[in-house]
Order: sequence, then structure tokens, then C-alpha cells
Amino acid sequence: MENNYSKAQLSWLLVLRIFVGWHFLFEGMVKVLNPNWTAAAYLMDSQGPFRSFFVSMAGNAGLMNSVNFLNEWALVLVGLGLIIGVFSRLSCIGGILLLILYTLSHPALIGAKYAMPFEGSYFIIDKNLVELAALGVLFVFPTAREIGVDRLLVRVLPSGFQKFII
Amino acid sequence: MEKENNNKTNDQQEVKKTSAVGRRDVIKTLVTVPVLGAVAYGLVKTRKVSVLNRDISDVFKLSDKSAVFLQPMANGKQIRLGLIGFGIRGKQLMRALGFAEPSYIDTLIEAKKKNPDDTRYDAFLEQDDLNVVITGVCDIFDKYSEAAQLTGSNIHREGTNGKFGQAPKRYKTYQELLAADDVDAVVIAAPDHWHGTISAAAAKAGKHVYCEKPMTWTVPETYMVRQVVKDSGIVFQLGHQGRQTASYQKAEEIISNGLLGNVNLIQVCTNRNNPNGAWVYPIIEGSNPQTIDWKQFEGDPERIKEYNDYMLSNKLDKYMGPDDRSKFSLERFFRWRCWWDYSTGLSGDLLTHEYDAANQIMHLGIPYSATSSGGVYFFKDGRTVPDVLQTTFEWPDRNMTMLYSATLASSRNRGKVFMGHDASMEVADVLSITADRESERYAEKIKQGIIPTDKPFFTYVPGQSKVDAVTSATELYFAQRGLLYTYVNGKRYDTTHLHMREWLECIRQGKTPSCNIDQAFEEAMTAHMGTRAYLEGRTMYWDKDKEEITRG
Repeated sequence: MENNYSKAQLSWLLVLRIFVGWHFLFEGMVKVLNPNWTAAAYLMDSQGPFRSFFVSMAGNAGLMNSVNFLNEWALVLVGLGLIIGVFSRLSCIGGILLLILYTLSHPALIGAKYAMPFEGSYFIIDKNLVELAALGVLFVFPTAREIGVDRLLVRVLPSGFQKFII
Repeated sequence: MEKENNNKTNDQQEVKKTSAVGRRDVIKTLVTVPVLGAVAYGLVKTRKVSVLNRDISDVFKLSDKSAVFLQPMANGKQIRLGLIGFGIRGKQLMRALGFAEPSYIDTLIEAKKKNPDDTRYDAFLEQDDLNVVITGVCDIFDKYSEAAQLTGSNIHREGTNGKFGQAPKRYKTYQELLAADDVDAVVIAAPDHWHGTISAAAAKAGKHVYCEKPMTWTVPETYMVRQVVKDSGIVFQLGHQGRQTASYQKAEEIISNGLLGNVNLIQVCTNRNNPNGAWVYPIIEGSNPQTIDWKQFEGDPERIKEYNDYMLSNKLDKYMGPDDRSKFSLERFFRWRCWWDYSTGLSGDLLTHEYDAANQIMHLGIPYSATSSGGVYFFKDGRTVPDVLQTTFEWPDRNMTMLYSATLASSRNRGKVFMGHDASMEVADVLSITADRESERYAEKIKQGIIPTDKPFFTYVPGQSKVDAVTSATELYFAQRGLLYTYVNGKRYDTTHLHMREWLECIRQGKTPSCNIDQAFEEAMTAHMGTRAYLEGRTMYWDKDKEEITRG
């Protein structure tokens, strides 16, 4: 698979992978390092068709412990996966799933007002969805087999892993 | 085009396996790892700025203890309750005990159908079973009495078409109910002029008492009720459910730790602006001299004499009546809070909640003096109690004043604020503290830009333990919008439910409730001082040694 991308293609895909990974890792670590962080406030601020689902989730303290744990560490793992290029395709899928959940909770709808202020004006497509599309691109144009730990993993793991994992 | 081809080849390509790992491979495998170092550097720096620079634990010492509520004991004995009074508050108290009118359940189910976010129905079903049974009810309005029986039998919390249990017995008078052997304890939600009389009678009959506020209507009965309750040894709880507010417990700790500096002024308020808030309640259909026992409504002869003696000897007859007490009146029956003949006015109805909160937080006791002013300025519907009232209470030994300011015709929000030399604290379901720009305690932190003075620097949200750092912008935003609720062990609770639960558990465990007879005595006397100051137009003083209200 080497040399299938031009140098410029590989470089920009790598830049995109590291930037998105950085964003996820940082978001995750900030939450992990803050013992009082909780997604409850964000979930209570939900709008759109799934509002009551997310609000009721926020109302369940036991469930919130799991939600917080999963969200924090999923963000961290996706970030690590993308930056060091380990299980990079799986990381893309994980990142996309997280972004889908954020979008369902905070869809950019006309008239939807959020407490967490967005810094721009959006209709349907917001930055979460742009990042989601970027992860889609990274999934179909994997670079970690070239630059990243996956380069090693493709040699040792069965080829079946290449479909969704590396 | 080129990219698409690449993609296909990538997916389909069988990567050659080779065991040879060269130097170039190692570099290509690990080249992005140093990026983690950059992220880590950013995290450390960010944390320093956002967390460590917000650390105020050296000047703001507060435990991370969460609110404590008396927990129910396992296998507690079932308590048999009698209910006296099934008006607006009586209905609310019964719901807090787990018994709702079927028609009320119907409206909750309907509301949930219309709006799935309306979770009142689920919340009611999930409310803990307090292990009580309603064995007797008493209301002097037939319709209310029958509704109370039906409600008491609604043991499965069902709507109109539900299955009901055994209906509690209906008693025509509270005396008959108190004489019943199958009643262990009573809930009193009668009008103010009956609170003391029924409480004392219940205590004498050996029944535990949960009584709505205020404890008494006249000053003389206040001593009497205290004495009887103490002599009887029953468990008495006054209905200030604010006692179960988590943030009040934190407020107490904050003040005792000196975090506000010397508290010299407390401002508490009532801000209402609608007929219901001004006690203009609907006249219920089916009410007439045949269905209402007016003779009982008039009151206890001894109480009426105490009231008349005080009013007439102080030439306050303009505040009495104007109708004769014996004259049947639906207005006076349903809107009794509007007339001193039955009511304790703003002072007894709403000031008491505010005072009791301040008393819980600062252990103030009965004030040294009370001065009041106000009038009937908006609801000129024939009422004798004022709809605008200001009362100031002084505690010279504590170097502080409490100002109560109420209007029933403006809902502008004025919070419960404790003002100190170093900071002021606003207490509601959440609690927030704003530093004073002239503060000495926080001067250094203010200078360093860590503690702001234009907005709260600390916010306590029940259930969250963070106590050592300046509240971040997001936390503050949500706290101010009240988006975060009070939970006990992960479950949302109604304070009235918790307050009644505490009373029941004290009966089972032989403990003393938070709003016990001593607290109730302080509450009632304080309210009476405010009322007398208003009626007589002069300052009232409290003689601590003689335990008497005196005039200046």
C-alpha cells in the first residue's frame, strides 16, 4: 500500500488525522482530569426530537456515572488512536458514533437555542458534523498503515482486521 | 479520480506480511507519538490556568460533605395517620405521603400524554412508600371530607378507574378523630386559627403531630401548645419543609466557617403577583350552609376570646370582622387567609418560611425587636390583612438585622440574601456567593484576578461536591438557570415528602425532628411580634427572661 498516496495527499490526510485526534484527546483529557466534570448539564440542555431521552438520562445519577465514564474515555481513546495511528479505523468509527450522539442531543435546528453557545450560525451542518465527515474521510483513506502503529499491526494481525479495525 | 482508485486498492489490497522491521519502519510507526507530548504540555498549562488558578481553598475552607437527611429504618412500624383539613395544603400533604386524589392522577396522566417531558406522574409513582395508612379523616366541608376518604383509599396511586383500598373513617369533628384508637399520629392542615388548639388536643390525646405553619394564631396559645407538647412527649414537626433543602445545610456551614465575614443584614422576601398567590382561592361548587359546618369553622371559643381580648384592648377593632363571626360566608371560608379573624396574614403564612430558613442557617432565636409597616395597597377586596408588608427584626447581640419585604402584587424576583463584610450569599435551591469588592478576606484573590466581584465566585449545586474552586462560567450558567436538580442518592425528592418522612422516622426511631416544638415556638413568637408591630404601629420587643412580647 505504500506510495499509493502522493506525498501531498498523505501529508494532508496525516495533518487531518492528527488535528482531529488532538481535538478528541484534549476534550477527553480535560474531562478526565476534572473529577467534577459531568455531562448532565449538557444533556439537560438538549433540544430537538430526542430531547426527552437525553434529559431523562441526565436525571438518572447512576446512569450518569457510566455515561460520564464512557464519554470521557471514549474521547481519550479515539484521540490516542488517531494521533498515534493505532486501531485508527476503529477510532474513526468510535469518533463518528460520539459525534452522532452529540448531534442528536444538540442538532443545529432553526429556533433551537443552546446554553452552550456556539460561536457561529448554523443550519443542520455544524462543526460536529464537519468533524464527523472528516472522520469518514479518514476511515476510507487510512494513513496509519503508512504512518502510525497500525503500520506494525497490519503485519501481525490477520487481514480481517483491516476492514474496520486498522 | 486518483483518490478513488487509491481507496479501492487500499481496501482490497492484501498487505504483505514481513517480519523485517527496519529503522525506517520504526520511525514511520512512531513518528506521531511526540504529538502526545504537545497535547500533554497543553493540558498541564490549561489546568494551571483553569483549575489551579481557580483554587481558593486557602481563603475559602468548606467541607465536601453533602446534605444529610434522616434515613428510614428497615422494617419500621406502619404508622396509622389521621388527617385534619383537606383543603389546598391538605391535598398537597397527602400527595407527599403518597396519597393523591384519583382526579389529580388523571390530570398528571393527561399532562404526560400531551408533553412527554412532564414527568410529574412518574415522579409521583416513584416517590418512596412511607409505610403509612390513613385511618381517619376530618374536614368540615362534606365535599372535602369525602374527597379525603377517597384519597386515603387510593393506596395504589391510581386514576379514577383504578382499584382502591379500604376508605379511612370520616369524623365530623377533630375531637372524635383524636379519640380514635386506630390513629397514631395526625397531620393538621386546618386554617391558622385552629393550628394551636388541634395540636394541643392531639398531644393531650397522645397523637404525634405534623402541623402546618404557623404554629399558632394567638400569643397566649403559643405558650400553651409548647407546654402541652413537651409534657406529652409526642413527636411534633412544624410544616416548614424548607428544612429539607440541601443548600440550607451548606449555607449554615458557610456562615459558621466565617466565609461571608460578619453577617450584618439578611434580606428575605415574598414576591407574588396573582390572585392565587394573594389567597383569592376559588369558591368550590357545592359549598353551602348545609355542606359546611360553620359553627366549627368559627373557631375554638377560648382562642376567639384571646383574639378578641387582644384586639379590643389595643383598640384594633378596625382590623376585626368586618363580618360577624357567626355569619356564614363562602368567601371567608375559602379565602380565610384574607381576614385576621382566622389568619396570621403575611407574617404567619409566608414570613415564617423565610424566618425559619434564617433560623435554621444561623440559629437566630427570637429577635430582640420587630417593626412593621405596610397596607392593603392592591387587593382591595375587603380583606383586613395587608398585601404589602415590611418587617425588620433586630438581633443587637448578633450585630444584625433581618429585613422581610413582601408584596403580593409584584413578582420581581428578590432572593434570600445574607450580606456580610466579605461576601454576600444568595440562597435558593442552589446557593451562590459573591465577593464584596471591599472584602478583606478575599482582597488578595480579588487583586490577583482570581475572584471576581461582579458575579458569584462560588456556586453550590446540591449533589455536586466541588467546594474549593471558583465556579467556572458554564457551571454558573447552569446553576443560575436552575437546570440542575436536587437529588438524594440519585433520586429527585420533594422537600415536603422529605419533611414528613423525617417526622415519621422520628416517631419510629424516637428522635427529634428538625422543626421541633422549640423551633416552632420561636417561629410563632417571631411572627406574632411582626404582626403586633403592624397592627399596633409600634415596635415590639422580646423580653428574653420573662419570655414575653413587650412594647417600647
